[in-house]
Amino acid sequence: MSTRSLARLLQQQGALIALVALVVFGALRYGENFATGFNVQSVLADDAKYALVALGMCFVIMTGGIDLSVGSVVALGGVVAAQLSGAGLLPAMLAALAVGAAVGAVNGVLVARYRLAPFLVTLATLLVARGLALYLADARSAVADPSAGFTDFGAWRLFGVPVAFWLVAALFALGALALHSTDFGRNVLATGGNEEAARLMGLPVDRTKFAVYVLSGALAGIAGAFLAAQSASVDAAAGQGWELTAIAAVVVGGTLLTGGVGSVFGTLVGVLLLQLIFNLIVFENSRGGIQISSYWESVIRGAFLLAVVLLQVRLTRRGRTSAPA
Amino acid sequence: MAEVTTSRPPEPAVPPTRPSRGRSWAGVAREYGAGILLVLLFAFNVAFTPNFLTVQSLVDVQLRQAAPVAIVALGMALVIAVAGIDLSVGSVMAIAGQVGALMLLAGAGPAVAVLLAVLAAAVCGLANGTLVVRFAVQPIIATLILFIAGRGIAQLLSGGQLIGFRDPSFQFLGLGRIAGIPMPVVLMAVVAAALWFVVRYTAYGRTLLATGGNPAAARLAGVRTGRVRMAAYVTCSTLAGLVGLVVIGITSASDANNVGLGVELDAIAAVAVSGTPLTGGRISVIGTLVGAVMLRLLQNTLVAQGAPREIAQIVTGVVIVIALFVQLRSR
Repeated sequence: MSTRSLARLLQQQGALIALVALVVFGALRYGENFATGFNVQSVLADDAKYALVALGMCFVIMTGGIDLSVGSVVALGGVVAAQLSGAGLLPAMLAALAVGAAVGAVNGVLVARYRLAPFLVTLATLLVARGLALYLADARSAVADPSAGFTDFGAWRLFGVPVAFWLVAALFALGALALHSTDFGRNVLATGGNEEAARLMGLPVDRTKFAVYVLSGALAGIAGAFLAAQSASVDAAAGQGWELTAIAAVVVGGTLLTGGVGSVFGTLVGVLLLQLIFNLIVFENSRGGIQISSYWESVIRGAFLLAVVLLQVRLTRRGRTSAPA
Repeated sequence: MAEVTTSRPPEPAVPPTRPSRGRSWAGVAREYGAGILLVLLFAFNVAFTPNFLTVQSLVDVQLRQAAPVAIVALGMALVIAVAGIDLSVGSVMAIAGQVGALMLLAGAGPAVAVLLAVLAAAVCGLANGTLVVRFAVQPIIATLILFIAGRGIAQLLSGGQLIGFRDPSFQFLGLGRIAGIPMPVVLMAVVAAALWFVVRYTAYGRTLLATGGNPAAARLAGVRTGRVRMAAYVTCSTLAGLVGLVVIGITSASDANNVGLGVELDAIAAVAVSGTPLTGGRISVIGTLVGAVMLRLLQNTLVAQGAPREIAQIVTGVVIVIALFVQLRSR
């Protein structure tokens, strides 16, 4: 295998290879404890909400945009879900979804219809959504009402895996299907690849952009509802910085920030990989011997991101001569 | 883009060689919108906030509170002028604060502590600049790496512990006064004046705008665009490091978990409301200063009028969207 094709394999499947390697490493080093159902369950349940946010972010980035508002939308969706949790699981989830989609629609209109810069538009809605979450929660945390079964959701299992994760896996499967086998997916990639050309070909560029921001907002809203159901209360400050970890997961998964190229599956792998680092640190510490501070977690995540980015640069040299975005 | 070559008109906020097609309301609003809003807020406070029009309230409260974000925003404006962005400023503040506090605890003098802390911040800027310039990584991603890893590095420096210290001459950066003016305000004025001078009167200022406006043309004209951009990132980080020292000087403790948290958003917002597009080629030193002070005064005014903080946040978001619309209409 030539070094070039090896590099390509690493860029496209690097995250998956690293993930498998880390899981094997964990299983060998920490033995049964690491591979227990309990550990797998808690990791997957925890990852489900991050994965939702990253899935939406992945589609936004593939159109060449960015959505900084998702962390605040997680808090807003979580607060709304917790406050409506007395009405039962489904109404609370739907309300969180609707609120998230509404914020996404505002982003979408401003970006697609008025062509405002996505970075700044979503920075503004980040502030607005966080303010709304604080306002609704009265600057405290919103506590879920356990009587209507809302908080049971976090404990639901199917074949030993949290239902939340099955749902997320199904959404990722749908996302991959939509990307590769529907007009919508083709429009997303065409818009991100070359917006002008996509417009000239008569593709619905504006509608596609609008749709990805609504999707991203809606998924972040549901992620907030998951958070509320799992932890029974949502701090109005929840979700802070999730937008940037989601971007990191998307990039680690092999999606280019320039748009036009992307992998839904890679994004899921990226989320699992970045979260697994934390899990491994916990295990290393419980094993005794060397104590690794949990502060290494963010340093290692940053290092992973750095490695992936440098790898991507090697493969897309053409970026060298063009102006930065 | 014709913005590159010609000389700059007198108003610093006006882009070079934009064809003047009369003053549309949007053009005026873009250039002076933040300033007009600042004046309106000022007038409102004079009328309705008790004791607003005193030196203590204006300098010690409003300006002093705005100063840290304003200094970071000035560095950010420099990076935005070369079509970049720096998300890592908050983490860099935390790193500089930790280095400074640890040096003090280790018995180094305040001057050495400040020097090493600012040096550490400059190295962070060098890392950002290297990724952006040498490896052509997009600025958002390049600085996201240090945003994520930097806070962890800062926490590791002290094992996550809060570092308290007591050193009056070091804390002068945060608490001192020169001619009765609080040190953060003095620093803000000095940094702004220096930057204004550099942008207006030095060769670097011209190559800066040329690099941001049209990098290809600038390169053909013999500008070393890589160095120009590198200098912008290093300056931005260095200023962030300085602000980190100011912040820990005020609290006399370095808290790696909280120093500089979210400052990148405030700084970018200050630049955005000053009417500067993120696409590069423009910088308005005074506009950025006005933007930072205005956003702070807006929040303080709302809070003083009894609005909860969350409403103040919502209003800030709305002001940013309005600023974007004004930019769009004035194109």
